[in-house]
Amino acid sequence: MIVIRCPCCNEQRTEEELSYGGEADIVRPLEPETVSNERWTNYLFMRANPKGKLLEQWCCSAGCGQWFKVIRDSVTHEISAISLFSKDPPQAEAALK
Amino acid sequence: MKDLDYSFLTLVKRAMGGQRGWPQAWRSPDPKRHYDVVIIGGGGHGLATAYYLAKEHGVRNVAILEKGWIGGGNTGRNTTMVRSDYMFPESAAVYDFALRLYEGLARDVNFNIMLSQRGWLTLIHDRHQLESARHKANWLNCNGVDGELIDQDEVRRMLPHLNMDGNPRYPVIGAFLQKRGGTIRHDAVTWGYARAADRLGVDIIQNCEVQGFSKTGDTITGIITTRGRIACDRLGLAVAGHSSVLASMAGFALPVTSHALQAMVSEPIKPILHHAVISPNTGIYINQTQKGEMVMGGVLDLYHSYAQRGNYPTIEKVLTAVVEMFPLYKELRLMRHWAGIVDIVPDSSPIIGPTPVENLFINCGWGTGGFKAIPAGGFLLAHSLGTGHTHPLAEKFGLDRFLSNRLVDEGAAAGIAH
Repeated sequence: MIVIRCPCCNEQRTEEELSYGGEADIVRPLEPETVSNERWTNYLFMRANPKGKLLEQWCCSAGCGQWFKVIRDSVTHEISAISLFSKDPPQAEAALK
Repeated sequence: MKDLDYSFLTLVKRAMGGQRGWPQAWRSPDPKRHYDVVIIGGGGHGLATAYYLAKEHGVRNVAILEKGWIGGGNTGRNTTMVRSDYMFPESAAVYDFALRLYEGLARDVNFNIMLSQRGWLTLIHDRHQLESARHKANWLNCNGVDGELIDQDEVRRMLPHLNMDGNPRYPVIGAFLQKRGGTIRHDAVTWGYARAADRLGVDIIQNCEVQGFSKTGDTITGIITTRGRIACDRLGLAVAGHSSVLASMAGFALPVTSHALQAMVSEPIKPILHHAVISPNTGIYINQTQKGEMVMGGVLDLYHSYAQRGNYPTIEKVLTAVVEMFPLYKELRLMRHWAGIVDIVPDSSPIIGPTPVENLFINCGWGTGGFKAIPAGGFLLAHSLGTGHTHPLAEKFGLDRFLSNRLVDEGAAAGIAH
């Protein structure tokens, strides 16, 4: 079972109390009219799916309602970094490198 | 070869001989240095691919590379149910082709796969579901696939232990029934295909994990494995939840995410549930095995996962729903519980055919419904590997559909639970 401490309300949440938002930092192309089909396809359908560390977003949906970023191992579910979106540069990206 | 066939006569003969001298069902050869075709993944889809490749296309210099043991992945981690009540014509054609191949498989591979077409019931809980079930039944009718609506009394007769009158959380007002749906012994599918492929000369190489590929331009020339380097002309990929991992080794990306799908089984009891049942509202499906155990599944873990193990929140969700629907089953004890890693695609339809790597063909994306599709997945991938062309049935299911935006959005159409 996945257990994450929400960086906003600082409460320990289980996967039952959280909502999953998939890979983090997916940005919709800013000029959809000019973007290539390949880039649009990547934006719509292609997601990182590593067997190992993954940068993803979760929502503390049964608690404070904040979205935040997490680096989780997709095999062990070990959480190696948690950060708020507002923190810049996020601690999460740094830990992935 | 004929004397190796399984039949009543050989059964009697071996019984008289004290069950000694049964030949090995398949060999465990060391890998050769070169094969015409190498198939990665020794699950149902991979084994079926090798079998149809040898049988339909005469390609016999074939190896299957399996990192663990054959049938130890999703083929051994499903709920053994089969059906073909898919809505879009292109999906119905593929899934019904799979079911038709299953219907003839025991004779085809000389192995009893214990196909039990006991009827697949999708419960209908409200008027909206009734409307969409009617809609689906009409589609199926047009597609030439069987499927019908039955009323409340018929459901009561077929499922005497279903809680229909005791103020159930989700009242049942009828059901959609596919009579040809049912269950199959999952291991028998693995073993049947493995034995048949082996007898056609296919090398099944277990405990052989792929670690990388050597490429010349856009062509894979060799496979680096834990049991040495293997060269090949063509390569097939049938690794379900690990498709992204192998694709990234080969240098391309797939629109696939991997998730854990869990299932569990109770202690065995006498026959009590004759049909396979799914409830769209609780999201659970249940059937009773020939051994008497209740096999129960439901709710996909929505986060990315390669962890082949279950967890308590899902056990709780599935079991509370089962007990709500069938209060009598609360007496049962849970015996085992497991998870398989399924490959979820945005439109819930498979990906079959060519890839950006010239000599690599793929069969993946069956998501939560891979077991029922094994014969079709194998047949269609074998066609690509044997001829270099895509089979007409697989044309709509190419990887290129995401770029051209011609999705087969079967997730919504079939109303599958996840």
